[in-house]
Parts: sequence; structure tokens; C-alpha cells
Amino acid sequence: MSGEDAAGMPGPAPDERPQPEGRRNLEGHRIDPVVEAEHDSRRAVISALVEDEPGVLARVSGLVSRRQFNIESLTVGPTTVEGHSRITMVVEETDPGIDQIEKQMAKLKPVISVGEVSGSAVTSELVLLKVHGEEPDKVHAVAEMYDGRTLDAGPETITVQLTGDESKIDDAIDAFDQFGIIEIARTGQTALARGNIPTAPGEKPGTAGEPTTPNTQ
Amino acid sequence: MSDSAAHPREDDPDAEPGTDPADADGPEAADPDGEANRPDGETTEVSTGAESVVAALEAAGAETAFGVQGGAIMPVYDALYSSSIRHLTMAHEQGAAHAADAYGVVAGEPGLCLATSGPGATNLVTGIADADMDSDAMLALTGQVPTEFVGNDAFQETDTVGVTRPITKHNYFADDADVIGDVVGEAFELSRVGRPGPTLVDLPKNVTLDDTEEAPGPAEAPAGTDPDPRAREDAVEAAARAIEDADRPLCLFGGGVIKGEASEVAREFARAYEIPVTTTMPGIGSFPEDDELSLSWAGMHGTGYANMAITHTDCLIAVGTRFDDRLTGGIDTFAPEAEVVHVDIDPAEISKNVYADYPLVGDAGTVLEQLLDAVVEEPDADEWREQCQEWKETYPMTYSTPDDEPLKPQFVVEAFDEATDDDTIVTTGVGQHQMWASQFWTYTEPRTWVSSHGLGTMGYGVPAAIGARVAADAMGESDRDVICFDGDGSFLMTMQELSVAVREDLDVTFAVLNNEYIGMVRQWQDAFFEGRHMASDYNWMPEFDKLAEAFGALGIRVDGYDEVAPAVEEALAYDGPAVIDFHVDPEENVLPMVPSGGANGRFALTEDQL
Repeated sequence: MSGEDAAGMPGPAPDERPQPEGRRNLEGHRIDPVVEAEHDSRRAVISALVEDEPGVLARVSGLVSRRQFNIESLTVGPTTVEGHSRITMVVEETDPGIDQIEKQMAKLKPVISVGEVSGSAVTSELVLLKVHGEEPDKVHAVAEMYDGRTLDAGPETITVQLTGDESKIDDAIDAFDQFGIIEIARTGQTALARGNIPTAPGEKPGTAGEPTTPNTQ
Repeated sequence: MSDSAAHPREDDPDAEPGTDPADADGPEAADPDGEANRPDGETTEVSTGAESVVAALEAAGAETAFGVQGGAIMPVYDALYSSSIRHLTMAHEQGAAHAADAYGVVAGEPGLCLATSGPGATNLVTGIADADMDSDAMLALTGQVPTEFVGNDAFQETDTVGVTRPITKHNYFADDADVIGDVVGEAFELSRVGRPGPTLVDLPKNVTLDDTEEAPGPAEAPAGTDPDPRAREDAVEAAARAIEDADRPLCLFGGGVIKGEASEVAREFARAYEIPVTTTMPGIGSFPEDDELSLSWAGMHGTGYANMAITHTDCLIAVGTRFDDRLTGGIDTFAPEAEVVHVDIDPAEISKNVYADYPLVGDAGTVLEQLLDAVVEEPDADEWREQCQEWKETYPMTYSTPDDEPLKPQFVVEAFDEATDDDTIVTTGVGQHQMWASQFWTYTEPRTWVSSHGLGTMGYGVPAAIGARVAADAMGESDRDVICFDGDGSFLMTMQELSVAVREDLDVTFAVLNNEYIGMVRQWQDAFFEGRHMASDYNWMPEFDKLAEAFGALGIRVDGYDEVAPAVEEALAYDGPAVIDFHVDPEENVLPMVPSGGANGRFALTEDQL
């Protein structure tokens, strides 16, 4: 608007109006004006049972990327039921973020069920490590220490397979570092709930809008 | 993109002699045993995939399709030739998608659009994304190159399923003629169940040409996609206590109220407990704006009184809204003292943007009925109601009409509102004109406001008006007026669809609020970019009245106040498409305004306050 023309609408200016004291945090929670309450992010393992149809992985990974969820790893593989696959994701998110991932995934048509795997779940990862082969005896000793298997041994390189949970794998990688790691391939964590607890809930969660994490079914 | 119409079979990768015998003569061996189960008990014979597609559409209740012909979709069009479905050829596929979207909004049924592969499909993308953002039910059918060519970068090949995956509720690649009809029927139903949204089926040409004896079964949405309409009773009871205890309750009705056909019960609810009502922009029409309880719509350019109420409420009863940033402004200052009762059919919307103290997942109408049963005592809110009325007087929606300034656009909107009935359908493009059309028109009925909200698609208005007109006519309501308010920039983006309105003799009035700017950008440049009008000056527009005449429509130019009423009268009386090019004040701003991310309660009433 040009010049001195003060066209507009009548009424008190913004500073002349009463404004409430309250505030919301970034997650939309009402907060005490004094106390800034925000969630820390945490690692969570999310397991989904999906229909094994073309594009299902693209749908899941596309969802994760376009909604900017922080994902550490994603594994997928068939189940004993024909036409069903299990997707296991490790994410680093706040509780509301984890809740959103589950609810958004539940909306994908090929997703049969989805839920967070509780902290007591069994998790495992498979790692292939290729190290320099100058000291084969030492390499074998370290591999044995971590229940590893030697898959290939040559004059120049040795390839070892390791499985285990995250802390064991991390320790093992540290130990192999002394030989010089040439290449490494990791599958990412995969997980199942312990005992009789279903890994993913039997039906799509969140139907009552309540947070679906952790899954304590 | 009808390459094949101009050069039949020359450019078509699947047109090589001998590779596709079915292509040569089309369906000829009709199989008398191929039957589709229609809801009316009749059966339809099918002999090809394409016929199965059309049989499925008819069985699902589709009456109207909007589209553009082209090589890969030709078999489906050929099957439409003898169908009861009315097809309207549009000038551009984007127009087909918007027309289908608006048709669906007005009719309350999924809209249907068709396009060929490649550019046909990519031209639909804007319209599909628009429907996705506004949760509009729509089915898009796209042709695709034959399956043997898929992945080889064939002529007019695009990975349509890949391109549209993030903007559809779900999409399908139909690679089997025997189930193609079932897939199409499922996609049609899926688009409307639960939270509506667009679906797409990609149809390779060899599959639609394929012989099949399998007629589609009854159209059904996939298992688990049609949610329970009722919210949990304990949650309803808890929410009811919060509403009863509120001192400053406020209803916020979103587009979900209209999509859920819940306007009636929403009105009953607000009036039963005398709770003031504000709406979102897509929620316009869910509650009559001339009702004393109405505060009109809230958000960036919402009324001052709606934004004051939403800032000061202590109990926000939000129904069918996803708390878009244009509504909330900065989250930190959005209804900061309110307990939020959030009713939504989609659990993923609960606590996505604004934390819901009382989440009620279910169908808008059903949950409002539950609340009507559960809320026993009217909240004690006399003071609050008075306060809301006072705000209406403190922050009136006014504009001035000084003699020495050009015609004000708000005056044009009001002139049309006065000259038409309550059931008039308004469509818009996106920009300043859209805001004035929503602010200065008093909406009282659902499905009368048809606009592009979430995606903000300039150019939506013209094809949407065509879709709205066709829908009203199909519903036997041809006496309703359809007005498209458009801006000069918006109009120029899709005005080629005027040719369709002329061809079909559609009774629509296009009111172009021509300020020779891409005005909303100009307003922001003045407010936030020190008035540098980079690429916002649109003084190069054609003369729209003459252009309208060239299309075969009625064209009128208006420059002054005294010409407005006669032009409105002439255009409304004209039986066919009419374009009025209103040359309005280029410097007029949309107010009030909450700057992006700002506090709703600190809306600016003048540009200086921004």
C-alpha cells in the first residue's frame, strides 16, 4: 500500500489487545509459561507386518522420508505366512514422533499391523566384516571371542560374519579395528518380542487415538 | 496428450504391426458369459479389460468423468463410448482433475478423471495433490504403456504409480485384465471411506485391451480401511465433562464436518449448548455465518473476532480439522489456554500439530451425536458469549469505498452475494480474490464453498466451476447459480477450460477480480520485502472480456461502481458462461492478517501493524 494511506480495518492494534499468558511447545502441548517441557528423542524399534506386494517398501520408505522421521535402519523379509513380510525399523524420535510414525504407517493400505517392539524384545543384527589378512591367527581369535564365523580367508583379506545385538556388534567392530577394516556391510537391527507377546499388534493400532507406544499388548 | 488422435498409430510404441493383435480392431469377440454384478441386479457383459473397468465404474455409481484422450487410455475411452457415464473432454488434464475434484465436493461422491500415460498423467498431478491435501474423494485413471515396455523409457512412459504415491491415499498398477475391474471398484470405494482422498489406477494398454471373461464383483473398499464411526464411550464421557466445565468453550468446525455430512448435527450441537462457532476455511458452510453464534472463519485472514475467540477459549471443540499452519499461526500461541477436544476420523491427525487433551476418533456426525447424548449441562458461558459478540463489534469486517480510489474487490463479492440465493456455489482460484470471496460472502450451506485450501492451487477456480456446474445439473439442481471468483493471475492459468464451458453451454459466471498484480505476492512484498515488486506486476494481462467473446462466452468489462450491479445482473441472467473482467483497486490488501507463524490474537488490521 502506497503513501500515507492508512487503509485497513477498525479496532485496537495488536499491542492494545489482551493476550493470554499460556503457551504451547513445539509439539502442540500446553505448557506452563515458566517450564519449557519438551521431549527428548529416543531409539525405538518399530515392527510392521505388511502385505508383500510391489512397492510396499517404497511406500514405507517414502513415508519416512517425506515426513522427515529420523531412521537408523530398515530391514525387510518374508514371514512364514505367504504374502506377508515383516519390516523392522530403528528410529530415533521423540515419543510423539514415534506415535506419528506408527499411525502414519498404519494408514498405508499394505500395512497389516504396526507397533513399537518393547524394550525387552530380542534384537539382532548380522554384520560382514572384511579385514586385512596379515595376522590370521589373531583375527580368528577375535572372531571366536564374539562368536563370529570366518566365511573367507585369503592371503590378503579375511571376511568374518558376526551376529548379535547392537552393543555386542559395536564392541566387535572396535576389536576388529586393529586389523584394519577394509569393508563392512550391516543388515541393521531386526527384532521380535519375547515370549507370547505379539511383535506387532494383531490389528491396526491407534483406532482410539491414544498413543500406541509402547506396545504393551 | 492425444498424440494418437493426430497421428494415429505412428508414434505409439505398441502399434507395431503384429505385436498387439487386439489393438487392430478393438473388442470384437464379446463374451456373453462375462457379466458384472450391478447393485440393481442387472448384469453387464464384458469382453476386455477396458470394458471391465467401465463396468466397475458404472457398478460403483460413477455418473460423470472428466478427461483428455490419448494413446494409452484409448481402450478405456472406447469402452466409455457405449457407457451410461457422461464424459466431458477438458482442455488440459489439470482441468480434468480439478473439475473431478469439485464435482466430488458438490455431489458428495468421488469425482472421476481420466488421462493418458506420460504427460497426461503428470498433468493430473497438481489436481491429485490438491485433492489429497483437501481430503477430497476422487479416482484418477491413467493409461500406461504396455507392460512389456514398462521400465524401458517407452514413448509417453512415466512411472505414474511412483510419481503419485505420496499424493494419493493409495494407488494401483493393474497388470491383470481378469481383476482390473475389481481393482478399479476397490479404488473408487477406498477414495470415499474413512478420511476421503484421491486414489489412482494405472492401466497398461495391453491389459485394457486384453480379453477377459471376468466381470467385476461388487466394489468394496479393502479390509480395515472403513473405520468404526463411533468414538470410545469413556473418551466421550471425559470430553463431555470438559465441555460442561468450560468457561469459554468454542467450536471449531473443519472440512471434515462437511465431508462427513455432519453439518446438521454440528448446528444442533452448537445451538443446544449455545457454544460460539468458528470454522476453518474448508469448514466454511458447515455452520451458517449469519447465525448469532457464528464468528466466521479463523486463521491467517480470518475475522478478528474468530481469532480473538480462538486465542482466548479455554475449551476448543475441534471437529474434522488437521490444524493447518494457516489456521494455527504459531503453535506456541494457538489457543494457548484451551483444553482441546479433537474429533477426527483419522487417528494420525490426533496430536499431530496440536496436542489433543480429549481425542475422539470417529466419524464427525456420529461423535457429535455421542457428545449430544453425553453433555448434560450447558457450560456456564454467558460472559464468554457476550465477549464474543463484543469482539464482533470491535473488529468488524469492513472496507472503505473512497471516491478517488478504483473499485474495491470486496464490493463485487458482496454484490454477487446479494444478487444470488443461499444455495449458490462459489469456486475460487488462489490469492487475494479467494480471501475476499470467503470473507465478504455470507455462507450458510455446506458444499457451496469450493476452493483449493491445503495445496493453494492457482487456476483451480475455472475447472472447479465446470465440475461444480456439472454436479449441480446432475443432481437436478440446475437452478442453482455457480460463481467463480478468480484473480487475473489465477484465471490466466486455466482459462482455456472456458472452451469447455462454452461447448457444454454451462451456466457459470466467472468474476475476475483483476488488479493487474499477482496480488497476494504484491501484498507480501509491500509488507515484508520493502515493496520490491519482483515478478508480481501483471499489467500484461489480455483483455479478458474480449477473450471471453473469442471463446464464445459473454464478455463484460467493469471499471466503476455504477457498472457493477448491471453487469452482475446481465451475467446471472445470461444462460451460458459469462466472464466479467472487474478492474479493481490494485493496491487493496487482504486484512485482517496474521503474519506467517505469528500469534492469531495479534492479527494486523492495517499494513502498518504487520
